[in-house]
Amino acid sequence: MTTPRDFKYVGTRPIRHDGVDKVTGRASYGADPAWPGMLHGFVLRSPHAHARIVSIDTKAAEAVPGVHAVITGKDLPETTATIALGEAAIDLRDIGDNVLARTKALYHGHAVAAVAATTIDIARQAAAAIDVVYEVLEPVTGIDRAIAADAPILHPALRTKGASADAGRPTNIASRMELKRGDVDAGFAEADVVVEREFRTPMVHQGYIEPHACIARCGEDGRAVVWCTTQGPFVVRDACAAIVGLDSANVKVVPSEIGGGFGGKIVVYLEPIALALARRAQRPVKIVMGRDEVFRATGPTSGSKVRVKLGAKRDGTIVAASASLWYEAGAYAGSPVGAGAMCMLAAYKIPNFFVEAYDVVVNKPKVAAYRAPGSPIAAFAMESAVDEIARELKIDPIEVRLRNANAEGDRAPYGPKYGPIGLTEMLETARAHPHWRAPLGANQGRGFAVGFWFNAGMNSSATVTLNADGSAAVVTGNPDIGGTRAAQAIMAAEELGIPVERVRSNVGDTDGSGFTDVTGGSRVCYATGMAVIRAAEDAREQLRARAATIWNVGKDAVGWEDGRAIPPAGTEKASPLTVAEIAAKMTHTGGPIVGRASLYAPMAGPAFGAHICDLEVDPETGRSRIVRYTAFQDVGKAVHPSYVEGQMQGGVAQGIGWALNEEYIYSADGVMENAGFLDYRMPVASDLPMIETVIVEVANPLHPYGVRGVGEVPIVPPLAAVANAMRDATGIRFTELPLSPPRVLEAIEAAAAVPVEA
Amino acid sequence: MSKLHIETTINGEPAEYLCDPHETLLSALRNAVGLTGTKEGCATGDCGACSILVDGRLVPACLVLAPEAQGRRVTTIEGLSRGDALHPLQQKFLEHAALQCGICTPGFIVAAKALLDAKPDPSEEEARYWLAGNLCRCTGYDKIVRAVLDAASEMKGSAA
Repeated sequence: MTTPRDFKYVGTRPIRHDGVDKVTGRASYGADPAWPGMLHGFVLRSPHAHARIVSIDTKAAEAVPGVHAVITGKDLPETTATIALGEAAIDLRDIGDNVLARTKALYHGHAVAAVAATTIDIARQAAAAIDVVYEVLEPVTGIDRAIAADAPILHPALRTKGASADAGRPTNIASRMELKRGDVDAGFAEADVVVEREFRTPMVHQGYIEPHACIARCGEDGRAVVWCTTQGPFVVRDACAAIVGLDSANVKVVPSEIGGGFGGKIVVYLEPIALALARRAQRPVKIVMGRDEVFRATGPTSGSKVRVKLGAKRDGTIVAASASLWYEAGAYAGSPVGAGAMCMLAAYKIPNFFVEAYDVVVNKPKVAAYRAPGSPIAAFAMESAVDEIARELKIDPIEVRLRNANAEGDRAPYGPKYGPIGLTEMLETARAHPHWRAPLGANQGRGFAVGFWFNAGMNSSATVTLNADGSAAVVTGNPDIGGTRAAQAIMAAEELGIPVERVRSNVGDTDGSGFTDVTGGSRVCYATGMAVIRAAEDAREQLRARAATIWNVGKDAVGWEDGRAIPPAGTEKASPLTVAEIAAKMTHTGGPIVGRASLYAPMAGPAFGAHICDLEVDPETGRSRIVRYTAFQDVGKAVHPSYVEGQMQGGVAQGIGWALNEEYIYSADGVMENAGFLDYRMPVASDLPMIETVIVEVANPLHPYGVRGVGEVPIVPPLAAVANAMRDATGIRFTELPLSPPRVLEAIEAAAAVPVEA
Repeated sequence: MSKLHIETTINGEPAEYLCDPHETLLSALRNAVGLTGTKEGCATGDCGACSILVDGRLVPACLVLAPEAQGRRVTTIEGLSRGDALHPLQQKFLEHAALQCGICTPGFIVAAKALLDAKPDPSEEEARYWLAGNLCRCTGYDKIVRAVLDAASEMKGSAA
């Protein structure tokens, strides 16, 4: 168990160590460097959502002066390798096919060929000269079409994993899974009220501001270097090696500063292409995506259809739940529907439930992870339905959740027993907050919703190197996407007892840092943080040993307090030695001091958030505005509270965008019609109020400081919190996102035309 | 097609570069001049990551042609700090933790400088509408707006 501890640096707000570089424009992101002799790459993309590639003729492109290399999918070896990523595995056959299509283009924007030339203009011009002959097929643009009996089939070899029936036939359903407990029919029979609704959400994009970008070179000796903006340098290394056909040991990936990812910069898109082009041209190749390519060919999260049915007793106890979730995977299997199913009921103690989840391929970009993948979609349905239960029973929405809240020792719907979780504490904190009782104005409504995410542990490594002046350098392999350098410096400072400003925190490349899993899953502060703490402890133990050598006593006799070695009682003349004093003598006491730690954290600290949203709708236009928003979250322990608040605020903003405006809009022939920031409407500063954050700290016993991880939970509640506020303001239950002005206006006008019971 | 020779002033210093007639000022700054602090997020003027000042006016560099900088004064993020002193906006962004990934930060700071040049004492609403041309996907804007308002009050204090 974690014992309460007085921290010196944990919980403080030092200026982040990479801050000055980022406010002055010096920090180097994916597209920033230029390498000597560098060529520019351009990717030719399919103009069809679904087409067989009959032939590709690259001769005319190769003949353009200035062109050094042209490749197609046939130039990449087919691989059956996989990369482990936590419980899941990345199938590199699909990733390779997604990087450059081999036999079929599976979505509008699917890469089919690439060119490297001396300038970007020449590369574009040459790409236009590539002659691709397509046999255009009917596109599958949504779930309903994908599962119809006469649907066109994306992958003739695909069979439904986890299904007993239909397992032998070609299908667009990639997998089916289910979760169950108790007797659902008996549960519903016992219920006093039953709510049943079907919800739909469109594909949305992570929306990182920095487009994908990379530079690759490959030497005469077969050794390659890839510079890129990524959340997972080791994933890029192994994926590039397998897809291009190199040894992993010969590929070094150097992560740039990363301009946002939110899960969308874990898999590879450009990197294998740049590397294959560089290998053929024997020159470095840089490729930078345009924003339209980012929208059309990278990481949205699933569009969805979710049906949920809840049964509750008059006192608000939920006695039965059933749900079916259908998520679009995009062009290849692998939507986060399983995670959605596991998260959906995570907050509630429900004795009888049945949840089934379907992963459906459609002719849209292959989905990528997006902040708590799968959970926001499931929470939108579940938390809207819980809101309806509360309304039917006239019970306060927080109270109804408190009556059903899971607590320590309860079994999670997805299997394990919960350790200490802060759900009840957080709900009580929210209920006591002034926001919950504040008066509302005209046309305003208030919504409440909770959200859950597992958080991740996995593999992490860290080194802590002492300098002779008593300062220290931390190296890990996790790109810093939102302040983790500062958090790691705080942890090292805490363990060593040196000022946080005396710790330099670094992101290493794949040769210069120990193996570390991706920056994702809210795992960096938790798992990599734990590695930093242990590496710093290792360094501290070495410092104690050096003090023992200096004093000529046994190591066990040396104490440690507040950054100083304490001599054993009775040692004459010896006074405590600071880190700097011991470090100054390290050459003569045994050589350099480097603390190291590598670990696998099989579990993490699951976490809940709860949000209160006030929204005002203009009944004449359907436009709504968020007027007040408060986010509560159990973070375990906030290492750098400013960046914890920032994660919460950012997640809320993304969730509000998802709820109110963001959506992939497709034409009937499967072309995304809004592939730019003008028409894909993300929240801007004038759309939002200040976002109040309330940090709840129920320590996670798996981490020395109690850290749970913070980044993902905050995007889970907003979809339902906003929809519940809209229900409160308009009397209308919206079951389809986004709640854009035309949709809201149409519903308001329809409701006015046909009066319904209140 | 031959390149054009452009003479201009960048961050107070005389500067010259060669560019294609159709090249954007963003491309010229990042590639020919080597000032990569100005970022490209969309190339369509929608995200503000390439915000710069041309003759003091806030513009997205992706919508200005490189030859148009001839004879003008261009200010980029690299021109805001003086010697070893950060601009108050830069300092306040650090103190308020108003950045996470940092890719939008140069554009926000340049846009905020233009705001404070035009209106030294903006309200929260004015700041939010002025900065509505800059997208940030990480912060939810809360800490950015606070940093800008705090910088405004500090700059006003030091000017008085």
